[in-house]
Amino acid sequence: MGYLDGFKVTFMKLFEERVTTEYPKEKRPKPPRFHGRHVLNRYEDGMEKCIGCELCAGVCPARCIYVRGADNSESDPVSPGERYGYVYEINYLRCIHCDLCVEACPTEAITESKLFEFSFANRSDAIYTKNELVVGDDGLPQRQPWELWHEGDDLTTSGWMRATASAGNPDYQNRVGWSGELGYGTRNPEIGQHDLAKDEKSEMPSEEHDQSEDLH
Amino acid sequence: MTGDPLFLDGVDLADIGIMAAKVLIAFTFLLVATMFMVWFERKLISDMQNRIGPNVAGPWGLLQTFADGVKFFFKEDLRPENADPLVFRLAPYIAAVTAFLSFAVVPIGGSFDGDSSGTVTIFGRETYLQVADPPIGILLLLAMSSIAVYGVMLAGWASGSKYPLIGSVRASAQAISYEAALGMATVVVVILAGTLSTHGIVAAQSGGITRWFVVSSGIVPFIVFLIAATAELNRPPFDLVEAEQELVGGFHTEYSSIRFALFFLAEFMNVITMSAIMVTLFFGGPAGPILFGMTWFWPTIWFLLKVLAFLFVFVWFRATLPRLRYDQLMHLGWKLLIPLILFWLMFISLKELRAAHDWNWFATYGAAFVALAIGTSLLLAGLRAGDRAFQDELEEA
Repeated sequence: MGYLDGFKVTFMKLFEERVTTEYPKEKRPKPPRFHGRHVLNRYEDGMEKCIGCELCAGVCPARCIYVRGADNSESDPVSPGERYGYVYEINYLRCIHCDLCVEACPTEAITESKLFEFSFANRSDAIYTKNELVVGDDGLPQRQPWELWHEGDDLTTSGWMRATASAGNPDYQNRVGWSGELGYGTRNPEIGQHDLAKDEKSEMPSEEHDQSEDLH
Repeated sequence: MTGDPLFLDGVDLADIGIMAAKVLIAFTFLLVATMFMVWFERKLISDMQNRIGPNVAGPWGLLQTFADGVKFFFKEDLRPENADPLVFRLAPYIAAVTAFLSFAVVPIGGSFDGDSSGTVTIFGRETYLQVADPPIGILLLLAMSSIAVYGVMLAGWASGSKYPLIGSVRASAQAISYEAALGMATVVVVILAGTLSTHGIVAAQSGGITRWFVVSSGIVPFIVFLIAATAELNRPPFDLVEAEQELVGGFHTEYSSIRFALFFLAEFMNVITMSAIMVTLFFGGPAGPILFGMTWFWPTIWFLLKVLAFLFVFVWFRATLPRLRYDQLMHLGWKLLIPLILFWLMFISLKELRAAHDWNWFATYGAAFVALAIGTSLLLAGLRAGDRAFQDELEEA
């Protein structure tokens, strides 16, 4: 009954469980290293991390980042350093979400969140300015009117992932790492990133400092 | 057959009213059923493919077809520059009207058991539960399914575009090939029932499952009819007419808006009508046990359930079988189905003749067997010769 076997196959499919996720209604957890839209992080005291160095703009292969730095005023500094990002714009019609800007950033000022559901009705909405990119006082990304957010989405959107060395330490080259303090919530560092002395499997030199301490 | 008892004592206003009500009900029923057939097909085939299918418009996506229809109405009605204006506009209506007309002769209810002859009493008047019962009932069905081919043919020809033309040429060749098998399978039923009227055919099947023609004609005519009907409906696995991979959309490539919707409607309506015809011809129409109360109500329920079963089968075909190649389609039609149903037709006629004339059993079937053997060997020899000629032609080329 070779011809009729197929009918049995299709019929039995009727009783199988569906694997479909009904997307806008239910969202699956995104992978931890998801590349969504960017956020500009701030320190816990509210200071901006961006120092206006333009490294992100320089490394961007899609040329979608436009940065202009300016000197901090002594009475009312925006960032702890000498300079800060005066203009910061990302054009999302160009951005390819490669994360190279995150790699390049010396202060972990720019990271990528997990937000990706935005649809613009015009070009000016597609260019996110600093006002839109910088995180709110609670450390969460700001919601833009054209972005689709469901309740609780913002809790899983923190982006503080970088694929290689933070702080430019060459010993950490090609190691996944992040500091435990960026963005919303905290996450334990991966093996080899936090306390190298306790990490027996690490091939790192034992005299190296804890990476997250480097940032302080 | 006497025909519909509604008109026996002359026609008055109430008769016309009942007639109009029947037309209206059948029309509405078919439209609504088509609407849900589209939903049913999409939902079932997605179930068979481990998908969810339409589920947003209305509960379980029931209103999906309605939403699609509204969309069709508001789309731009395009006509290609090379198209023949009149025929291009006419073709969808031919397709839709024939789809509606065939349903008129299908009896959708009424008890045929015992003394009752499939009539119901409405406002004190006896009538059949079918829009019309012409004495040529079955011929009307065959005629309509033939005329429906014109809709497809003219649509493809009038589009002024090559893909629709190829699609429609395929459609007409396919429909003509399979109509022969379809017609002969119907003839078997007609011989057994002794009448062309659909009402008479259903009445002839009353009295238990063994009287249904699917059993009493042997299962072969039904299978041939089912396959030929699938081909006639241009449904998978015989949907070469609209083979998307080769022909874009087939004959309706150039159609948009409500004209496309009419083709779409006609296609699904034909599926329902063809299922209803199969139920009528082979499965006793509305026959079924009266379980409790309301005697007029149950036959209609049985009828609908049987139709639903066939709709399921058609969708099942679509989910399971891959499309045939064109030469395979022609081989199946001409070299298998037609010879098979021809022999079966001969056999059934002989059986009926023998019963009518009280011929000797051994002489009759012995002669039949000899004829069958000669016919089969001639056919096989012919097929082989044809194949050889074809091969030679291939080698020469």
